[in-house]
Amino acid sequence: MTEHLLFVDIDEPGLNTLAVYERRGGYSALRRAFSMAPEAVLDELLASGVRGRGGAGFAMGKKVSFLPKGGMDKYLVCNADESEPGTFKDREIMQKNPHMLIEGLIIAAYAAGITRSFIYIRGEYAQQADILEAAVEEARRAGYIGERILGSDLSLSLWVHRGAGAYICGEETGLLDSLEGKRGNPRLKPPFPANQGLYQGPTLINNVETLATVPSILRLGGEAYAKLGTETSTGTKLVSVSGHVQRPGNYEIELGIPSREIIYGLAGGPPPGRSIKCWFPGGSSSPVLTADDLDVGYDFDSMAKAGSMLGSGAIIVVDDSTPILDVALKVAKFYRHESCGKCTPCREGTNWTVKMLERIGTGEATPMDIEIMASVQEHIIGNCLCVLGDAMAMPIGSMIAKFRGEFEATIEAARERYGLGVAATNGVLAAQGAH
Amino acid sequence: MSSVPRFEHGSRVPGWDDAADLTKDPAEVPDPALVAVPEALRSEIEAEMAKYPERHSAALPALHAAQRVHGWCSPEALDQVACVMRVTPAYLESVATFYDMFDTTPVGRHHVYVCTNISCSLCGADELYAAFSEAVADDADVSLRSFECLGACDIAPMASVDGVYVGPLAVADIAPLLEDVRAGRDVLPDKQLIRRPVADPGANTRDFPAR
Repeated sequence: MTEHLLFVDIDEPGLNTLAVYERRGGYSALRRAFSMAPEAVLDELLASGVRGRGGAGFAMGKKVSFLPKGGMDKYLVCNADESEPGTFKDREIMQKNPHMLIEGLIIAAYAAGITRSFIYIRGEYAQQADILEAAVEEARRAGYIGERILGSDLSLSLWVHRGAGAYICGEETGLLDSLEGKRGNPRLKPPFPANQGLYQGPTLINNVETLATVPSILRLGGEAYAKLGTETSTGTKLVSVSGHVQRPGNYEIELGIPSREIIYGLAGGPPPGRSIKCWFPGGSSSPVLTADDLDVGYDFDSMAKAGSMLGSGAIIVVDDSTPILDVALKVAKFYRHESCGKCTPCREGTNWTVKMLERIGTGEATPMDIEIMASVQEHIIGNCLCVLGDAMAMPIGSMIAKFRGEFEATIEAARERYGLGVAATNGVLAAQGAH
Repeated sequence: MSSVPRFEHGSRVPGWDDAADLTKDPAEVPDPALVAVPEALRSEIEAEMAKYPERHSAALPALHAAQRVHGWCSPEALDQVACVMRVTPAYLESVATFYDMFDTTPVGRHHVYVCTNISCSLCGADELYAAFSEAVADDADVSLRSFECLGACDIAPMASVDGVYVGPLAVADIAPLLEDVRAGRDVLPDKQLIRRPVADPGANTRDFPAR
């Protein structure tokens, strides 16, 4: 059985309240942190090797260490704009154990010398935001948020900020613009948020799960935490499994276990009589893998080596009853809708990819369209301010590469259906005496 | 109620074809003496502004508040927010039109978002949305939209009904769901996400009573 750190007795009634959380030893990690120097807390985070749980997988301790030292206004923003299709793990934490997030956030603020913090939660999570706000209020009344917390030198403000429905606001710089009250357009990097983020001040941005892991790191000690998982992907991770599986839901796993164990062992695999056609290992932005990749270890580096990514830890399983064209079209339409429109390759690339995919269904596409579509994806990647375009180009590109035969057959079948197929065309050419 | 032009996937068609009236100057920051703002709305927006070092940050919470009061981000609502926040209505309109949850055209009292993204559609969300559309076709009170991933793929296919997540939904659930909505009752209590235990069998060391 996997070691559990985040999900321990998560369904205990009242865990979202301070009383139950404290009875279970809550906020003792914060007290331990306050008994240490901020630098020592940062050392624990560095030693833990914990990597960001939001998608990019950047080492959290390093991110904290990038913030300039000194007494200027520094900000911490918790990214709770969980919008990556297939991802619903942060929701579980915020709804059932919000104080774990708040405690982790305060410890991170202490390590980085931060005085103002915000939790940016997606607007659709209305119930979770209500629960989180109530928890923050309780923490404030108990003196965990405010001036000179628990007699330490740390003063910290914390507000819950509700988004209003935009995938792009999960991108860190888009989120910052949105938090500043603007349209959520991503910014040019550098400067990175650690130097110039919210209100142009140094800003630390971390995912909900990353911050919620911090109390466990303090409790176990960074080195002990690093013994969990693999050498380069330490710790436990929440995985959201959805799509064609029998037991969809959130599971806490130790990083590095075979993916098969998650998809079949925990989530029950596809319905009886069905087999896996493809699966997204890290949300709809990750390149798809196939049934051949089920034994790849579920950790950052193994996934990268297999040509995909761990992303947000959201596994979406697609069984053999689903045409790959349907999957590609759903994914492409999503990114077309969510593109902010600022960069041409993304705005036009997502739009034309959808149009080309739709042409397949109406029999207007030719096999050459596959080449054009593949080249469009290549021209999006790396050419925009943020990775939203890449997030479409990577899965679509992987579907074209891995299911080219099916795309070709679909194109041909649709052409036949509309009387435009090879046989019909040959007939016309023969009648014209062209060849 | 005028029907809102929408893309097939549910989002509003922006008014790119609506010509701007070039004879008019852009509206300035409204004069407080000329704009009446409901007291509760004013104090809510002011409280939001106090949370941030920069008052513009309150734009989203303020628009949420105004939309609750007015039903949608009407020109009147934007004027009121602009008046309290000391910004131009155009600034707020630029923000409101960016985000899916702000309605810049009139809508019904109840919001039903049906998730039609990848995980839900694999579990039949497109059929569910089609049946939903038929069921509310004559009901101006219910605003139905297909929505991008709502972050509840564990209860796919699902819907958010006035902010309450319910699922997994079958076509047969639509009629009782709408009955609950129209009667102002708690929506399908047994199907609410908030009451669902975590799927991970290793998470809970004890049996806990259902919520």
